[in-house]
Amino acid sequence: MDSASTPKPTKAPINDWTLGGNALHYQHCKACTHTWYFFRPFCPSCGDTNPLVQLSLGRGLVFTQTLVHRAPDAKFRELAPYKIVLVDLDEGFRMMAHGDKDLDIGDSVTLSFIALEDQKIPYFKKI
Amino acid sequence: MQTKVSYLVGSGLTPYGKHEDSSTLDLMSQAAQLALSDSGLVRGDIDALICGYSTTLPHLMLATVFAEYFGIKPTYAHCVQSGGATGFTLAMLAHQLIASGAARRVLVVSGENRLTGQSRDSAVQVLAQVGHPTYEVSLGPIIPAYYGLLANRYMYEHGTDERNFAELAVTMRRHACLHPGAQFDTVITVDEVLSSKPISSPLKMLDCCPLSDGGCAFVIADEALGNYPIKMTGTAQHHSEQHISAMKDLTYFGAQSSTQRALERANRKIKDVEYAAIYDSFTITLAILLEEIGLAPRGQAGRLAGEGYFDANSNMPLNLHGGLLSYGHCGVAGAMAHMAEAHLQMTGRAGIRQTSKAGVTLLHGDGGVLSSHVSLVLESV
Repeated sequence: MDSASTPKPTKAPINDWTLGGNALHYQHCKACTHTWYFFRPFCPSCGDTNPLVQLSLGRGLVFTQTLVHRAPDAKFRELAPYKIVLVDLDEGFRMMAHGDKDLDIGDSVTLSFIALEDQKIPYFKKI
Repeated sequence: MQTKVSYLVGSGLTPYGKHEDSSTLDLMSQAAQLALSDSGLVRGDIDALICGYSTTLPHLMLATVFAEYFGIKPTYAHCVQSGGATGFTLAMLAHQLIASGAARRVLVVSGENRLTGQSRDSAVQVLAQVGHPTYEVSLGPIIPAYYGLLANRYMYEHGTDERNFAELAVTMRRHACLHPGAQFDTVITVDEVLSSKPISSPLKMLDCCPLSDGGCAFVIADEALGNYPIKMTGTAQHHSEQHISAMKDLTYFGAQSSTQRALERANRKIKDVEYAAIYDSFTITLAILLEEIGLAPRGQAGRLAGEGYFDANSNMPLNLHGGLLSYGHCGVAGAMAHMAEAHLQMTGRAGIRQTSKAGVTLLHGDGGVLSSHVSLVLESV
């Protein structure tokens, strides 16, 4: 295979929240302008193997929300009831996160992070 | 265009609910024997076996394990896995095996002791895996949370309230009360749905299907065998994004694309449909699917349910066994029960649940969070 077109197995930046840090990253393809969230070493729209990894400013609008009363395990039972939101970030991608219990569709929000045992959870507050 | 048809010649459905001490293989066997008896065939007549996965019996080779246990030696066999869409995917695969000439008599079987074979926490955690492990599951959404997100957006877009969802639960329960095999046999009211235990807003306990034990099986053949054959005339699928965070469009999930192609392949239109069997893991699932498919106007499924629109002998008889919401949901066999009921309705064997007209039936199932779609068209011979 041509090494230039072979995706390199890479990870999200070390300070990304999924790795325990306090930053939110997304990806953007210079070749086709596609923007996405779930980390990959290639563009899922055009296949380009050099997508940019960008730092998000963490501002957006609540697309939808739900208040979870029934937690899946003991760790989350301590938080219940907790709000889960889908937020459309200003940079053009959508993500799942936690947020203030009174968040509703259309609210302008800004990102922070909370710690739950050994993990970071992205958490949105109303602006 | 698909031109060939296959024939559903036998179906077998156990009661759903608690089957203490019944394993996956027990429930699969019970259903398979019922389907064989219904078709008039015996074990040696079966040349292909396809089955659905079981969360209580995860195995690399479930079809071969079952073939040995049940006592058949098929010349084609494997297991299929596509979440809630698996049951109708199996039916579509049987249809295609027959259309291609690869098999003549296919046994389709699934069963699972999902309710009594594991702890509730374990079941909840296994099912949650339809979400993204890093970006979703790590945040603690249970399956109803994904659907709660859809339900709140639906109410925002259509200006409806939680009562509309409740009407669908009430309708499914009313239907289940007429089926002796259903997990639930007491009528519920809209107020009872609204006051049931909150799970993930706006969904309450009675907006959600239960966990069940049970099994369901079909015999699908290349000719109209036995006393109760019906035709499978069109099948299709559509797969959009797996994860809700990655979905661009929460208006067209793929249900319309899938059903339209299945109907086209059967040379039918949506207006020809006389009986509907639609996946109903949650009330919001049923509302979204009915409306995207075109069996109800946008935002109106719940209101129509409240008017009896989906009852037997009404405008669009729907899930007359009670659906996943009230007949029960034991995994892959959950949706297959919709097809077993369609078979009874289409062959005039549904007793007090019998609808007067069920010549053309549309079935639609989904897996994940409306991620994976399968549609089937069945017709009387």
